[in-house]
Amino acid sequence: MSRAVAGVAVGQTHHASRRTDVSMPEMIREAIDRCLDSRGLRIKDVDAFVLGNMEMFEGINYVEQWMSDALGLAGKQVWKLNNGGTVGASTAITAYNLIASGYHDRVLCVGFEKQSEGSTQSAITTVGDPIWERAVMAGAIGNFAAMTSVYVNESGATAEQAAKVAVKARRNACNNEYAHLKLPNITVQEVLDSDMLAYPVRKLDMCPSSDGAAAVLFAAEDDAKKLSPRPAWVHAAVVAHDQQYMGDSPKRLAEMRSLIEARTKAYKIAGITDPVKELDVAEVYEPASYAELAMYECLAFCPKGGGGAHIDAGVSEMDGELPVNPSGGVLSTNPVGATALIRVAEATLQTMNEATGHQVPNVRRALATGYGGNAWTDLMILGTERL
Amino acid sequence: MSSWDTDEPLRLPQQITLNYRFAGGHHASKFFRALRGEQKILATKCPNGHVLLPPRPVCGLCNLPTNDNWVEVGPGASLAGYTVVYVPFIDPMTGVKRPVPYGFGLVRFDGCDTNVYHLIDETDPAKLRIGLPVEPVWKDESERTGSFADIRWFKPVEGAE
Repeated sequence: MSRAVAGVAVGQTHHASRRTDVSMPEMIREAIDRCLDSRGLRIKDVDAFVLGNMEMFEGINYVEQWMSDALGLAGKQVWKLNNGGTVGASTAITAYNLIASGYHDRVLCVGFEKQSEGSTQSAITTVGDPIWERAVMAGAIGNFAAMTSVYVNESGATAEQAAKVAVKARRNACNNEYAHLKLPNITVQEVLDSDMLAYPVRKLDMCPSSDGAAAVLFAAEDDAKKLSPRPAWVHAAVVAHDQQYMGDSPKRLAEMRSLIEARTKAYKIAGITDPVKELDVAEVYEPASYAELAMYECLAFCPKGGGGAHIDAGVSEMDGELPVNPSGGVLSTNPVGATALIRVAEATLQTMNEATGHQVPNVRRALATGYGGNAWTDLMILGTERL
Repeated sequence: MSSWDTDEPLRLPQQITLNYRFAGGHHASKFFRALRGEQKILATKCPNGHVLLPPRPVCGLCNLPTNDNWVEVGPGASLAGYTVVYVPFIDPMTGVKRPVPYGFGLVRFDGCDTNVYHLIDETDPAKLRIGLPVEPVWKDESERTGSFADIRWFKPVEGAE
């Protein structure tokens, strides 16, 4: 019998393209301090840690050792995860499993990235299989753009509809103190006029490159109730991977197999049959505007092929029936190792009614996703009701 | 003025060069010998008929061993996805930025059930579409090293609509 687990505290840094004012350990302290201070806790009150980042981006192996004192983990246990875009959400799901199983009581998740310190685009070549894939890679953007052509071909989604996602994200970011890219006056036309990075993906369709860190504390049962006045109970925590090579999934984003698998399992666990009605907010990992449209479909927020119509109808806007990414999302803030944990952090804040400036009213259930690796998915559903 | 002359936090540069030598193993050795020497594309076939490229010991869909069952696919192919890239990206094999723009896409060899990424010899996106027939353009024998880059790129088949 597993224990009930909840997210009880959240902290994050002010994210920016360059946080040259702090070293990596100093940067993660900002997030940890904000997380623990919000509940009057100290690092001694934490039992174990899960740390996530992409080591090759900063060029440090043993990153957990170099962050040891900043985490306060001497004499305690730490798990280090390193699985790309999903890593932040994987720290949260690992914490959930550690606590649900009774192995630990309070686990602090920390995700971070300092993209400004290394060469992300060069390091990304190391995610390709050295024998089969590296010789003809075209970076994250080329990969995304080729996938996008499949989605556009399948769904008929237009550049204008994608641009609406890009506009929504940067405007929502203006209500989030910690977001990186805030563009209060951005227009659809401005997105359509921005530089073409890789057809059909334009500069403003794409996520930025950020420095930043996030921390989320998870706890169990009555302890969680003591720590937070309104804990974000974990209703479902599902991970789904895909096959080995980038060309194995026939439709890529358009029919993202791992996301469809994960949401099918998670909705079943959480008893959700009509996600738009039964979820109150979603924080999805949308690395590009078109990806969010595809994800509406794969998450069953709309029928297949309906992603464009879904944004046109305003369902995912702040005042829509199911707001998506009130925080501004990945399109506004992308410190890779923290990015998926920020989705979980924002879903936790929304459930706890503490998303200052961008709170959706009356959230009872929130969804968060992580995307990374070879189109992998991490998916969590959090809720106010203790299961 | 460097940061040493101000009160600004310092930034300390480093460059790291790491050298690797990867063992191709059975499947890559057989594949790249045929690719480099005979310009043949060899895929593995699982007991349920999935034809897999890159060739591999186990089918990821069926979790069954492919038992060294090889089939030749292509060289005819079609586009399963495409883009034209306008931002420079460092070529992992050379460390030099690849000149832009260039075509890039998911290529499906005839007779194969999976796609592989490769370069496309077309930089006008209006001339590319999913399903467009393409064919490999090979590097000269002296340039072929045993890599997917032994195919220089894929070009649209002349006269294809």
